[in-house]
Formats: sequence, structure tokens, C-alpha cells
Amino acid sequence: MSTTGSAAAGSTVAAPDQTAPAATPGASTDEDLGRNRLADRLIKRPELAALVGAVGVFVFFSVITEQFLSPLGVATWLDDAATLGIMAVAVALLMIGGEFDLSAGVMTASSALVTGLLATEVGLNVWVAMAFSLVFALGVGAANGWVVIRTGLPSFIVTLGTFFALQGLNLGVTRLVTGSVTVSGISSAPGYESAGALLASKISVFGTGVQVSVFWWVIVTVLAAFVLLRTRFGNWIFAVGGAAASARGVGVPVMRTKVLLFMTTAGAGWLVGQMLLLRFTSVQANQGIGAEFQYIIAAVIGGCLLTGGFGSAVGAAIGALIFGMARQGIVFAQWNSDWFQLFLGAMLLAAVLVNNSFRKRAERSRR
Amino acid sequence: MTEERTTEAPMIEVRGIGKRYGSVLAVADVSATVDQGRVTCILGDNGAGKSSLIKILAGAHPHDEGQYLVQGEEVHFTSPRQALDRGIATVYQDLAVVPLMSVWRNFFLGSEPRTGVGPFKVIDRKAAKATARQSLKDMGIELADVEQPVGTLSGGQRQCVAIARAVHFGAKALILDEPTAALGVKQAGVVLKYVAQARDRGLAVILITHNPHHAYPVGDSFLILKRGRSQGFTAKADITLDELTRQMSGGEELETLVHELATARE
Repeated sequence: MSTTGSAAAGSTVAAPDQTAPAATPGASTDEDLGRNRLADRLIKRPELAALVGAVGVFVFFSVITEQFLSPLGVATWLDDAATLGIMAVAVALLMIGGEFDLSAGVMTASSALVTGLLATEVGLNVWVAMAFSLVFALGVGAANGWVVIRTGLPSFIVTLGTFFALQGLNLGVTRLVTGSVTVSGISSAPGYESAGALLASKISVFGTGVQVSVFWWVIVTVLAAFVLLRTRFGNWIFAVGGAAASARGVGVPVMRTKVLLFMTTAGAGWLVGQMLLLRFTSVQANQGIGAEFQYIIAAVIGGCLLTGGFGSAVGAAIGALIFGMARQGIVFAQWNSDWFQLFLGAMLLAAVLVNNSFRKRAERSRR
Repeated sequence: MTEERTTEAPMIEVRGIGKRYGSVLAVADVSATVDQGRVTCILGDNGAGKSSLIKILAGAHPHDEGQYLVQGEEVHFTSPRQALDRGIATVYQDLAVVPLMSVWRNFFLGSEPRTGVGPFKVIDRKAAKATARQSLKDMGIELADVEQPVGTLSGGQRQCVAIARAVHFGAKALILDEPTAALGVKQAGVVLKYVAQARDRGLAVILITHNPHHAYPVGDSFLILKRGRSQGFTAKADITLDELTRQMSGGEELETLVHELATARE
């Protein structure tokens, strides 16, 4: 009876775990709380494990290489981490909201190509071209979200479709318009200087040039952490990822929240795409393919659960920092970059295991 | 609060209410009342029509037959929001809590108190935490830390969070859907204590259960359902626990209940 016609009220469907005969009745909850206080604290700080990992990687490469701690070395691995970090933070918000976006990587290419083509082929001002590509990116993000919510299909599949569609468009349109797979020559377009100053310049810190993307990364991270932890929208992000039906039941606009999150990852893809375009003054149509998994890995290392409802924006930024430090550290140590892949795999597995144990603790019911 | 009760119309009253799903008759000709500061228990085995009846009461499904009155005024809810606006809150089995979120975040989910101006509005965390802690305390639950995830609470405590939330947001009537179904004996007792507390605070409580041993101690009147039809709406004075149990069902379920009751007394 309880499931009769429950489509209109999904929250009334009885939870499958109603019967828990294995649970020991009468266990003292107070003792449990005392014993696991440290674990409870860790649950509240999902980025803690990533921070420990980051310190470890930092110390390791600081000791075994000389360049790693030099100002230029620091600027190098910060730069590597920055563009990845901006994406990882946005992807982390989406993952906490319970969804994936596999099209986030190719979006960096798509938005850069739109800007590049409009500036070089149509002759638009770079700023205007960037505004058009932002609208395009946000539109794709909104479409991703709308399809996911409306169809109820896993976002993994929907955005995999978007991933291939964008990839095909990137190559097809670029080849059609330019006859090659590269769009270049934006440096001669009007507005390039000012746009480049904002998104692709170097800022001198103690005499060392640091890419402006590093500062953007910090700004994006602080903003995301603030939204996530201090605002109502942040509360909704956790809720729609943790238990969408329950969230809907207490009046959280699930669709709006998730669509905005998809638009956020697409918007971050746009930002990173513009940075890369303006810095290198050209963009390859196949840029960003495979990067979507790096974003997810960084978010997971930073404490995000694959199942949603739990994670941290700061953690994702730290995850990206580990990424950048390890990738450049291995270069400084003059090892083969193959070792980076091994490190990455081990790091990911360790992170997933740690996260999973947290979730089990948080979700375990004492009945 | 309770002294007003006698002069006013019942908080909730249904007269000959009915609901069909296509050709299936889910509820037919059911009449019952709930007064403020009183507990009405709806009893019935699985498939007796309890869920359909509460969906009508909660506003999730509109009724097809009979009358639904709230404080003497006839209503025809088409959404749970309308029921909520009349002060009727429903706590479903899954409690509408998000296990991985902290107690205070769950408490205010969907109705977050905010401070600040314009686009810079932030959740008033200090007030939210203090209010959540106080509301839970008023219900008899003292949590050391409202930052802990709801998932780390016991089943009874989770029920308490959901009930306290409904009370805080101005519920005058509380519909509890099988609050004790998934719980052990001890935890079920804890939840019944909260039900009594909500009643003492003047709320009209509708308690849905298939366990007469949970219903009898807190109930003031009992509605027994069988295959969608009322088997009688009786005041506590007119029925004994044995009679209630006998009317509901028998067989092996009864034996396990007797056993459960025996262990509860220890």
C-alpha cells in the first residue's frame, strides 16, 4: 500500500532498510559518541585527509629536488594546479550536488573555440566574443542539467553524450571554418590586451612572475567555499546530493539547484578556456579531452563522495594542488612521467577508501 | 492550550471520506476526529489503507468522497503545501532528513534563517544552531553537538529531529507515518515519549501504526482500518488493549507482539 501512486510524493516510499535485525538493541549511544569523536570531527572536515596528503607531497619533493622550493618552482606547480583547481572546485560543487559532468573538459575547448572563431573570423572584439561564448557555455550547462532532471537519467550518461557531441562540434566546426584543427591569431583582435591582462598575465610576487590564474583559482575557491558553507544555496547543494527526495519534501527547489550547478561547471570551463586561449593565443580543437577525469579525481582526493551529499570546495582545491605538485615534482626530480600515473592511481584509491569509511560512519544508523 | 479544545471544532475531522485509484478502492467511508492536545491512532495491517488515508490528510492526494474539515472548515487539499499552510505537518517514515548533513542544517533545510542584505544574504548560523538546539531540548533531546550528521543519530533521535522541526515551523497537527515501524523496542519507546510531548504541547497528533502495543499507551482514540474500510472509531475508555489487538489481527503477529511487550517491561 505504501507505494501506491507515490509518484507525486516520492518521499513516502518506505526506505528499504526498514528491518535491521542485525542491529544490537540497547547499545549505549553515548559511549559510541565518545569513542569516535575524532572520526566525527573528520567527517566535519572532509578536506583534512587531502591536506595531510598535500603536506606529505610537498615535504617529499622539497627534500628530493632543489627546484621544487625555489620561487620559480613554486610558481610552476601553482600554475599547473590553478586551471585544474578552478575546474575541480566547480566539479566538486556539482558532485556534492549528486551529479557528474563529463563534458567539463571539452567545454574548456568549446568556449575557447567560440571566442577564438568569433574574434578571428567574424572580427568581434575579444570581450564581445567572450560574452557570446559565456552565453553558449551556460546554455550547454543548463541543457545538461535540464535533460538530467527531466529524464531522470544518470548525469554520467547524459554528459557523456554532451562530451562526444561537443568534441565532434569542436573538431567539425573548426575544420569547416579554418581548414585546420587550430584557431589562432587572437592576439591581433581588438580587446586582446585588456582581456589578456585580466585572465592571462603574470603578477610579480617577490620578484617572481606568478600566473594570474593562480589568483583566480584562490578567488574561485574562496567564493565556492563561502557559497557552500554559508549560504542557503550551499545548504541546498548538500541536500539535493544527499537525499533529493527528502530535500524536495521540505521545499528545496531540486531542479533549479542542480541546473545551476551544471551551469557552474560549464561557466568554470568557460573561464579556464578563456585563460588558456588568451595565454597561448591559440586553441587546439581537441583540447581538454581526458581532463574531466582529472577534475573528478581532484574533487575525490579533496573529500567528495562519488554518491554525492558530501565534500568540500577547499578540499578539491587541495586535491588540485596535490596534482600540480606531484606532476611538476616528478619533472623536477627528472623521473619518467609514467610514475605520475601510478601515483595518481594510488592517491585516488586511498582517497576513495578514506571517504568511504567516513560516509559509512555518517550513514550508519543506530536503531 | 488544552482547555480551548472543548469549545472548538476538532483540529481535523473526516466524514465518510473515500479515495479510489482507478478501479481500486483504497479508502471508503472513513470517519474520525482529532482534537488539539489529543492523539488519534490509525491502526491497520499492511494494505489496510493507512497510507492512502494519510496521503489524503497530508494533502498529497485529494479525496474523492466525503468531507475533510480543518477546525470546522471544509477543505480540499491538492498539494502538501496547502496542508502545511493550515498547520498540518506530516512526518513520513523516511523523515525527509538528509543523513550526511548536520542536525542544524537538516532542521532548517528549506527554511533557512538568513541575515545580511541583498545578494550577500548568508545563513544565520548562530541563530540556526541555537534554535535547533533549544527546540530539541524542549522535546527532551539534549545533543552535545548539533553539528553532527543526522546519520549518526539513533532512529529515535532522528524521529525527534523531524518532529521538533515540524513543531518549530508552526505545526498545529502532526501526522506521523509509522514512526515506530523501523525501530527496536527501546527506540520505539523513546519515540512514543516524543509523541506524548507533542500532544502535551497542544498539538493534534495522528499516529499511524500497525502495532497496537505502541498505539494504546499514547492514544486517546483509535481508528481501525481493514481493506480500506473503518472497523470502528473508538475512544480509549471504550476499548481495552486486548480488544484493540483482537480487532486488528491475530495469529503469529500477535505472539511476537506479546513477546515484544514482555521484553519491553524488563
